[in-house]
Amino acid sequence: MTKVAMKVNGRQVSGEVEGRTLLVHFLRENLGLTGTHVGCDTTQCGACTIHMNGQAVKACTILAAQAEGTDIVTIEGIATGGELHPMQAAFKQHHGLQCGFCTPGMIMASIDIVNRHGSDLDEQTVRHELEGNICRCTGYHNIVKAVLAAAGAQEQRQAAE
Amino acid sequence: MGIEGIGASVLRKEDKRFITGKGRYTDDMVVPGMKHAVFVRSPYAHAKIVNIDTSEAEAMPGVIGILNGKQLTEDGIGNLICGWMVHSKDGSPMNMGAWRPLAQDTVRYVGDAVAIVVADTRAQARDAADLVNVEYEELPVVTGVEDALAEGAPQIHPEAKNNLIFDWVLGDEQATADAFSKAAHVVKMDIVNNRLVPNAMEPRAALGVYDAAEDHYTCWTTSQNPHVARLVMSAFYNVAPENKLRVIAPDVGGGFGSKIYIYPEEIVCLWASKRTGVPVKWNCDRTEAFLTDAHGRDHVTHAEMAFDADHHILGLKVETKANLGAYMSLFSSATPTYLYATLLSGQYNIPAIHANVKAIYTNTTPVDAYRGAGRPEATYVMERMMETAARQLGVSPPELRRKNFIRSFPHQTPVIMTYDTGDFEASLNAAMQAIDYAGFASRRAESESRGKKRGIGMSCYIEACGIAPSAAVGSLGAGVGLWESAEVRVNAVGTIEILTGSHSHGQGHETTFAQLVAERFGVGIDSVNIVHGDTDKVQMGMGTYGSRSGAVGMSAIVKALDKVEAKAKKIAAHLMEADEGDIVIENGELKVAGTDKTLPWFQMALAAYTAHNLPSGMEPGLKEGAFYDPSNFTFPAGCYICEVEVDPDTGKTEILNFVAADDFGNIINPMIVEGQVHGGLAQGIGQALLEGCHYDPQTGQLITASYMDYTMPRADDLPSFQISHQTTPCPGNPLGIKGCGEAGAIGSPPAVINAITDAIGTNGLSMPASPQKVWAALHNA
Ligand code: FES
Ligand code: FES
Repeated sequence: MTKVAMKVNGRQVSGEVEGRTLLVHFLRENLGLTGTHVGCDTTQCGACTIHMNGQAVKACTILAAQAEGTDIVTIEGIATGGELHPMQAAFKQHHGLQCGFCTPGMIMASIDIVNRHGSDLDEQTVRHELEGNICRCTGYHNIVKAVLAAAGAQEQRQAAE
Repeated sequence: MGIEGIGASVLRKEDKRFITGKGRYTDDMVVPGMKHAVFVRSPYAHAKIVNIDTSEAEAMPGVIGILNGKQLTEDGIGNLICGWMVHSKDGSPMNMGAWRPLAQDTVRYVGDAVAIVVADTRAQARDAADLVNVEYEELPVVTGVEDALAEGAPQIHPEAKNNLIFDWVLGDEQATADAFSKAAHVVKMDIVNNRLVPNAMEPRAALGVYDAAEDHYTCWTTSQNPHVARLVMSAFYNVAPENKLRVIAPDVGGGFGSKIYIYPEEIVCLWASKRTGVPVKWNCDRTEAFLTDAHGRDHVTHAEMAFDADHHILGLKVETKANLGAYMSLFSSATPTYLYATLLSGQYNIPAIHANVKAIYTNTTPVDAYRGAGRPEATYVMERMMETAARQLGVSPPELRRKNFIRSFPHQTPVIMTYDTGDFEASLNAAMQAIDYAGFASRRAESESRGKKRGIGMSCYIEACGIAPSAAVGSLGAGVGLWESAEVRVNAVGTIEILTGSHSHGQGHETTFAQLVAERFGVGIDSVNIVHGDTDKVQMGMGTYGSRSGAVGMSAIVKALDKVEAKAKKIAAHLMEADEGDIVIENGELKVAGTDKTLPWFQMALAAYTAHNLPSGMEPGLKEGAFYDPSNFTFPAGCYICEVEVDPDTGKTEILNFVAADDFGNIINPMIVEGQVHGGLAQGIGQALLEGCHYDPQTGQLITASYMDYTMPRADDLPSFQISHQTTPCPGNPLGIKGCGEAGAIGSPPAVINAITDAIGTNGLSMPASPQKVWAALHNA
């Protein structure tokens, strides 16, 4: 067992894990942050997407030990002061989710897309950038709409911060 | 319609928990003392189990118990069942082989469960499972239907000689033969409907908890129909009597049919919890899901359609071989028969139809209903035939369809169904207009000028939803009735709980069901709670599949609301000293029509519970229940048109435009309905272009067992969709709803393939139409 410590959603946390423990399992099982999901075993569905040091990563593809000392944000940590993150609000507003299982990963990946591209996103770019996240329910139509709609709002919020 | 009533695109009440990571799925559940299970599965597609040696595994750290099929049999746990009896044409019942939750003597597909390992952690269980030493004696393997029927093929179950489960017929063979003898043209096709893996994004999971003090079991499971799970586990698998078994399906991450069935894992987890004395949780990994979730489709069909000289259809003959895999899953016999051949009349007047379906065992994963279940297969046959017929007869595809459309209702087809209503031409016209069908020729010329091949293809589908009238399905072999139940509880403060036997796993029931109440009583949807998915809370229900939650589930709610309304009006009339017939309910108030007398809804509710001043003889309280049994199926129908461009150098197909024009009857929430169509279209386009499940024919290994090998549609594989609705209200239920959950997946595959074959000028193309296949078809044409 190894001891790991990291910042998760703004709080310093630590725990004992096996060397082989994946970050996603540390988040879900040790910290009870079950919003981050596991949808595959080959790093292809994106249900486990979180932010590590400000970048979207697949938490099923990283060992908890590798996350030592990093700053992690999960789906539970993006709403501030009880207010939804613009991307969360856009997913609701545009019906970008059905069963909700892919949704946390989709939202975390989408925030990262906007972080990298800013508000001048077009449909093709969003579709291309979402390649690492699978949704079986929505046909992506409304997810794409949500990301495009949120792009402007997210930039505004960041400018204000 | 109010802003939250019927017909409003109300944003979903349930979204908040999902977008904030607070959804509660089965694998999120933790109970004190919970341990973890991993299944030991067969690596062979067909083998005898000679010996199971667990000694090394049992010595591993954290291991609590390792259990096998022999112990399961000792404890009297029953076989998995198929719940729909189908008879062969000679009158004999289907030849069903035994399916043990843990295989005891023989394994019949790769992934067949052999033992369960329970340990402190999942990793420990997995380590130990790797060390369970199962000695197998390999047997010959068969994966395809033709090979399975061949003389001398490996025999999979002793009960099914030559692997034939049933040889079933529907329709009038003589009348059909007569029709063909009068034909001016006959169109013939061989059509394969590719096997698919449902791939709900939440993998299946089960948590079984046995309480020894109460001799009671609780099962959390990823189910579309927890009550059916409880019924079957009690009545057939002898897990526990119903009063000793609670089944909870919490948030469920998509189903698409694959979570209807009761699988070995939940039974074994419950049983193992008693055997080991600890709560047992199992969570499927994706490869395991590919191996063990019931697959869909997998039909091989020969069809012939007879036309007269004027291009009217005279008759249809269909012969289908359906691959049911290694065991008969819960609805596997109904899917390729009563959900398939009964829709072979499509949207058309066809005087005579004869269908023959052979269901066949193979050494592959069991096959059962997947989004659409039988109806996509029927639609694919019909709409590939119609398009091909138009090409062969030299008429335009829409004209051939128009000429043969059913135009008067009710319409009795030769294959059981009575279509109640519809307007097929309206959807065809709407779709043609939306895609600018008339302008296609110039768009094609433009593509050609760039060296590309453009094609357009359509599909006019009809399906049977609102499953289903109980007596009718009973007479056809169903083991259960397919009604739905609802209970409406008005609390003393006027807030409302709706308990429903429908189950939401993405469909948005928490919103749409509340909209019914908002419409009826004018109370806000925030004062309405939808309770579902727990057998301790909801008395009974048949669950969600076959687009039944609207047409059947909501109808039950309407019936219960009728009773609540009647009692509420009686109370209000009494309190306001008015005539019951003069009470109207509006905006959360009960009013005496034509006066200014009003009583707020909550005061009426409070009066019902204080019971200080009720009409004489009236029981206190305000809670009503209802069961609703539909009188017919419902028949959503529509027209889908797809326009593609094929790159002749690479064979790659790009979907340029896809339009859907659907008649779902009345719609409660257009936003949610459109979402259902989007998702269905993605699955249908996925089938047509990307998804295909492959077994190695020699070894029976599933080659496409991960997202590396099985191509899931991703955002950049799909276009945005153009959707419209044409409405003929369903006369068969109080809300006029037909259902929308499966249409997209049913109607889209033939539209895509018709478009590609139009582009490349050849008919010989099978799904999935990969660039390689399209390129080969184009260059061999
Ligand atoms: S669970 Fe991480 S990519 Fe699928
Ligand atoms: S909403 Fe169900 S998988 Fe995306």
